Amino acid sequence: MLEFPDWLRLPLAGPVDQAMAWILTNLSGLFDWIGAVGLRILISVEQALVGVPWFVLVIVVGLVAWRAIGKWTSGLGMAVLLILVGTFGYWAEAMTTLSVVIVAVAIAVAVGIPIGILMAWSDSVKRVLRPILDGMQTMPSFVYLIPALMLFGLGRVPATFATLIYAIPPVIRLTDVGIREVPSATIEAARAFGANRWDLLRDVQLPLARPAILVGINQTTMMALAMVVIGSMIGNRGLGMEVLLAINRVDIGKGFEAGLAIVFLAIVIDRISNGFARRRTVPVVSAAAPTETEDDAEDIPGEPEHVA
Amino acid sequence: MDAVGTRRSGRERPGGTTLTVEPNTLATSPPDGDAVVRVEGLWKVFGKNPERVFDEEYRGLSKTELQARTGCVVGIRDVSFDVRPRELFVLMGLSGSGKSTLIRTLIRLIEPTRGMLSVDGQDVAAMSTRELLEFRRRSISMVFQSYGLLPHYTVLQNSAYGLKLRGDDQKTREEKARAALATVGLTGWESYYPDSLSGGMQQRVGLARALATDPDILLMDEPFSGLDPLIRRQLQDEFVDLQDQIGKTIVFVTHDLHEALKLGDRIAIMRDGEIVQIAEPEEILSNPHDDYVRAFTRDASTAGVFTARTVMDDPEVLLYRWQGPRAALAELVHQKRDWAFMVDKKHRYLGICSRDLVDTLIKEGNKHIEAADLIRPDPVDPDVLIQDLFGLVGAGSYPLPVTDADGTLLGVIRPRSILEALHTPDPAEEASDA
Ligand SMILES: Nc1ncnc2c1ncn2[C@@H]1O[C@H](COP(=O)(O)OP(=O)(O)OP(=O)(O)O)[C@@H](O)[C@H]1O
Ligand SMILES: [Mg+2]
Repeated sequence: MLEFPDWLRLPLAGPVDQAMAWILTNLSGLFDWIGAVGLRILISVEQALVGVPWFVLVIVVGLVAWRAIGKWTSGLGMAVLLILVGTFGYWAEAMTTLSVVIVAVAIAVAVGIPIGILMAWSDSVKRVLRPILDGMQTMPSFVYLIPALMLFGLGRVPATFATLIYAIPPVIRLTDVGIREVPSATIEAARAFGANRWDLLRDVQLPLARPAILVGINQTTMMALAMVVIGSMIGNRGLGMEVLLAINRVDIGKGFEAGLAIVFLAIVIDRISNGFARRRTVPVVSAAAPTETEDDAEDIPGEPEHVA
Repeated sequence: MDAVGTRRSGRERPGGTTLTVEPNTLATSPPDGDAVVRVEGLWKVFGKNPERVFDEEYRGLSKTELQARTGCVVGIRDVSFDVRPRELFVLMGLSGSGKSTLIRTLIRLIEPTRGMLSVDGQDVAAMSTRELLEFRRRSISMVFQSYGLLPHYTVLQNSAYGLKLRGDDQKTREEKARAALATVGLTGWESYYPDSLSGGMQQRVGLARALATDPDILLMDEPFSGLDPLIRRQLQDEFVDLQDQIGKTIVFVTHDLHEALKLGDRIAIMRDGEIVQIAEPEEILSNPHDDYVRAFTRDASTAGVFTARTVMDDPEVLLYRWQGPRAALAELVHQKRDWAFMVDKKHRYLGICSRDLVDTLIKEGNKHIEAADLIRPDPVDPDVLIQDLFGLVGAGSYPLPVTDADGTLLGVIRPRSILEALHTPDPAEEASDA
């Protein structure tokens, strides 16, 4: 009597199944094609990573970290963490995981920044997208595995897809926030000199939103890494798979090693991308010869000189 | 219009300036006669359905009543005026009177709700988006109170920004931007970023950016309001000089009457979005249209009375010549001073007596201090306006002596005293804060 009445049941599962079935019968060609292309991209990125001699990668990561964080000790520390991943015997797995993260983040950035720009430009776009983004971020991550699995089957392509969907909100959100927080006085001044929408975007909004966007990319990257591990549940090989196998075999030692490898990888990625996001964007004096009037907003002179 | 020219050239500019201009820009002036900017019956109403404000039932309501009844804010209301070639036209009024709104509608950064607006004979209100962009890129420039510089651009890139937007090639841009920076005295700062510049210098960059495109018309929205009094005055002086040379048509917003009187050929006083009076500065002062305008001018006359007498201090330590070197030294040592003003028996100003001097005299066995041996900064009259003292006070290392016609020392002026006098809040600002 106190149980929930049967007649109040709203059967959503049925229609969702039907929609999915419709998509699979009618659009399977499309998804097969996307899957094939995606797989090729993923494999070439992985092969590129594996193809590089490990010490070269370690050195490159060390140097990049040094430049991003600004201290050579940090660069050294990041290099050591990467070496530790190798000493656990998980170098190849780490590269597989990394390849999925790289591809997912690249797509997230390429898609997310334009969406964020639209959201900043239009209040109605923002009104539509905001609840969707909120929903995406509160959903448990493995929920994304279900549609990914149905569209692309098992393997690393659906894992990348789920990772992309799961990780894309921060970059969208922070692009929007960054652009909206550009001081209106600066926008107005540029408009007064005849800047149109694209001039504004290129000369004012994107450069000034840059720190926020970089924070967004950092967050997206961290979420992608977290999701890639969960993607092992649908057959994504790599570090996540090792953890999963260790759990199944109740092999605590192995699981610990694989888990630690993931943590180290996460630290390296986080520190580097965070370093780029935090780096001082506006130096006091341009380090380049002051003859450039070109829009070189992208390249930031490394060491800001100080006023005498 | 001739009156405009003579008024200008007849004006005195105290102090040196750093602004220079290439001579060939002097010649280009639009033909006299026609108005450069012509505004007629211009309205800007903020809010939903602004047209409602024009309904019969709301006719004649005040700004506050309209806001209460319709929810619409009247930014500018039925404004009409002409700006003549090479004229500096000042818009003045309390905060919220619509000065910024008006100056922005002139380039349609704010779209006018109603009215006629023409610049250089072009109907600005009717321009398409493309025409409007071209118009902003070539014919008109704006300078902002908050500078509006791009923080990631160098000074040079900032001043070249208007040129970049209109598609000038790299070489032209750089040449013109450098020339504009030279005009505002910023040569050598090209590769710096705005963050590392003082407010005054940032506004010079803003001015250079506006001048670089060589526009016919310059719009300036309180360009000097954010600056320290001394810097503000300096920039005003330089600007007066610059305008003398380049002769742009300028619409200049300020809420500072002194600035308006100093710079303006004509002044339009605004209240609640309407123009209350348009007149030459003298006329505004001598013949204010109503109490609102009179309130502004009263403020001018009180502040105008900042003379040497009102800001001078007591000399604190005074030496008397008849005392002789030893007594003078004792007094200086006692007061822990290196020097002091010296007067004669009739309290007349003689000069500044330093410890070095008395030491030498004592060493030489001299019993008298001769007036001729003293350091003697020129004394100033007690009725001199303080703005005329700026150059003098900063120049020497001693305060300025103030003497009356008989040479009696009345007091001394330290640089600090002048700054303090200037820092007393402007009555117009006080009124606007209320
Ligand atoms: N975007 C807007 N929406 C609604 N009302 C506005 C808007 N912009 C300005 N107003 C109103 O229009 C009026 C005029 O404002 P404006 O900024 O032009 O004044 P101002 O004379 O420049 O004042 P200040 O000296 O403070 O700069 C004010 O009542 C203001 O509240
Ligand atoms: Mg204003």
